[in-house]
Amino acid sequence: MDILYLLIPISLVLVAFIALVLLWAVRNGQFEDMEGPAHRILMDDDQPLSDTTETETRKELKSTQKK
Amino acid sequence: MSDTLDHPSLVTGRCFHCGETVPAGASYPIHYLNKDEPACCRGCQAVAQTIIDSGNADYYRLRTDLPKTPEAALEELKQLKLYDLPEVQQSFVKSEGEQREANLILEGIVCAACVWLNERHLRQLPGVISADINFSTHRARVRWDNDRIQLSQILQAVQEIGYLAYPFDTGRQEELFRKEREAAIRRLAIAGLGMMQVMMYAIPLYMARAGTMSLDIEALMRSASMLLTTPVVFYSAWPFFQGAWRDLKLRRAGMDVPVALGVGSAYAASVYATFTSGHGVYFDSVAMFVFFLLTGRFLEMNARKKSAEAAESLVKLIPAATTRLPNWPTGREEEIAVAAKLTPGDHVLIGPGESFPADGSVVEGESSVDESLLTGESHPVHKQDGSPVIGGTINLSSPLVVKVEKIGADTVLSGIVRLLDRALAEKPRLAQVADRVASWFVLALLAVAAVVATYWFFVAPERAFWITVSVLVVSCPCALALATPVALTAAMGRLTRMGLLSTRGHALETLAHATDFVFDKTGTLTTGEFSLIEMQIVRGDRESALALAAGLEQGATHPVASAIRAAAPQAARNASHIRYTAGQGVAGVIDGMHYQLGTPAFVAAEPPQFQTNLTIVGLADDNGILAWLGLGDKLRPQAADLVDKLKTMGVRLHLFSGDHTDNVLALARRLGIEDARGGMLPENKLDAVKALQDGGAVVAMTGDGVNDAPVLAQAQVSVAIDQGAEAAQAAADMVLLSSELSRLADGVDIARKTQRIIHQNLAWALLYNVIAIPAAALGYVTPWMAGIGMSLSSLLVVLNALRISRPGRKNSA
Repeated sequence: MDILYLLIPISLVLVAFIALVLLWAVRNGQFEDMEGPAHRILMDDDQPLSDTTETETRKELKSTQKK
Repeated sequence: MSDTLDHPSLVTGRCFHCGETVPAGASYPIHYLNKDEPACCRGCQAVAQTIIDSGNADYYRLRTDLPKTPEAALEELKQLKLYDLPEVQQSFVKSEGEQREANLILEGIVCAACVWLNERHLRQLPGVISADINFSTHRARVRWDNDRIQLSQILQAVQEIGYLAYPFDTGRQEELFRKEREAAIRRLAIAGLGMMQVMMYAIPLYMARAGTMSLDIEALMRSASMLLTTPVVFYSAWPFFQGAWRDLKLRRAGMDVPVALGVGSAYAASVYATFTSGHGVYFDSVAMFVFFLLTGRFLEMNARKKSAEAAESLVKLIPAATTRLPNWPTGREEEIAVAAKLTPGDHVLIGPGESFPADGSVVEGESSVDESLLTGESHPVHKQDGSPVIGGTINLSSPLVVKVEKIGADTVLSGIVRLLDRALAEKPRLAQVADRVASWFVLALLAVAAVVATYWFFVAPERAFWITVSVLVVSCPCALALATPVALTAAMGRLTRMGLLSTRGHALETLAHATDFVFDKTGTLTTGEFSLIEMQIVRGDRESALALAAGLEQGATHPVASAIRAAAPQAARNASHIRYTAGQGVAGVIDGMHYQLGTPAFVAAEPPQFQTNLTIVGLADDNGILAWLGLGDKLRPQAADLVDKLKTMGVRLHLFSGDHTDNVLALARRLGIEDARGGMLPENKLDAVKALQDGGAVVAMTGDGVNDAPVLAQAQVSVAIDQGAEAAQAAADMVLLSSELSRLADGVDIARKTQRIIHQNLAWALLYNVIAIPAAALGYVTPWMAGIGMSLSSLLVVLNALRISRPGRKNSA
């Protein structure tokens, strides 16, 4: 049971940390739009690539592979 | 509509873009995935082609709802240019050098794909730095480089893909709302975290068998709980203390007083017990209580904010710019002027489809004007020389020159806004009736506590404080933290699913007590749109007559024309040589034959007997009359159903309308409403509702127009119709999102059921306390028994409340 003397203070520190993260998120407007992001992940920007962009992407891919 | 959604092209004759029927003979192909798809009009074709050509064709795959037909979207270019003027931009554009930022209201957003499309389209524009659209508010924040792109070009780009964007002044109001909301989320986050963690410490204390936990550990856990509950009480629950203090200063008992008392006393007692190692540590209950209350208030605030935002768009009724005739009457030179800068005595030219920038009178021209939004009048009003016109109403048929007489705060529209403000400000006093019901229980509780305290003070003074506190603490969390909020939340959830959104907390309670229902006519019990109600054929058959009439009215924007087009079962015939006579009718040639459509005088014939109060239009060819059409305001489906249901519930019904008394009485007879009054201005309606309230009635008002807004705010509880004006929704306590009017009766039913369940819960909590408190005080209850008893009691209350969220057998919704 002695371990509780350590675990309870640790839990307090954790709660404080989570609270700070939440406050940071609120300040940064993470909660401004509660509906949008849920829909946004379904709308991916995968376009059927046009010829020019396709070749460019391939070149980029190759160059990164070489590295 | 949804079955045509995935493959609009598979359903022949449906527009690829908006899903409307494609008129016969229309050829507006859209190239999509190497195929030609049909469009219903040039507008849809242009919009669809812009979307596809800009590489956003995925929109058609992603969308889950059909957009509106973009009819008027491609005009007003001249007016958009006005938004580039520095003096116009002043009020809504933030600028840092050449970087500008503005907030736009977007109209026409129906699903997430619209947001996706608009964002992508805006970001593709050269010069636009960022574009972010908030899905819940339909607002866009756009940053652009003023050297490379003008605001008007951005607005036009939005129009090109079929939406409507206009800038708005966020002002302080908006900023205030945002700060308030952020503070609420912070308070909620702290309370939620505190609640969860305190519960973690509390459960072992409840569960541990006597002797298994050392006193040190117990003390440590209590101190940790205290540490976590302190910010919950002093930060999260702070608004309750502030509210209670304000209530006490004004010597009234609002809901905040018992809440603050409960939280304060439970916290104080728990702190006392922690330091004296006594019994009665209820930090978990305190944190939970605060969290539940804050959740309820947060949800309520969100709903209210949504409708308050809508009120801002009221300014949209007044156009930003107008055509001024500076040299009238000597010259007719036109110049574009900012509407806000007009002065009385100016002359302005208002074309068909434009709205009036200020109040004034007609000096030249003859036209009909749609005043339904402001006065509730369902028929277009005929205007000629000398007729007064009201700012914000829409000119329908032909150009008018208007002399401006009243501007700014003197206009009718501003008057309505002021009435609305005043009624909203007066409202809290009326809403307190609802609060008093809730505070009654708390007063009873306080009385009991006082009696207990006095008794123990004489019997055993050293135990008096502890026992009094335990009476308050044990009763508080169960009775108030759960009984009322859970039932209200469950009921609100159920109502929202049904399409009845509550925006203010007291709405449900008051709805349950409503004794009188007041309805507006146009747009509420009727659809507010003209439609063909009756038809009498003289020669030929019904279908061909309608096709002819629709052909003649093909290009007209008049409500009568739209009604005839909507009623025509087959495609309209193509007419040529169309000639309009304002306020009279239209003549034209179809297949070499001359036809006229218009008033009895216009077709030179005497109409037969029709049911009362219809606008009668005759169709004639060269050989005389063919058919008579009776047009009027159509009854909303289920209006009769709603009236019947409400009557069986024992509610008195009233019909107050701004329309002609004859029309109103006819409708009231049809529905069986005894008290019907017509020709009422917003002030008259307000007075009539006040008179009812003075007679002791709890009035529930249902309306839709700007003219209803003050009355909606005056009534103890009010419901706005979703399709109606946004100002009405802002003033109302509830918004009917569903198109089914009878949901309102179901709403009353649920509100009453909720009231019953709250009373049951409070009664149960009281009974539990009546048994538990004396037993605990006399030492008959061990801590684990108390823990189980309290949990079971809470569980019972919650389960009872959840009965609301399930449709009952009796009123399966």
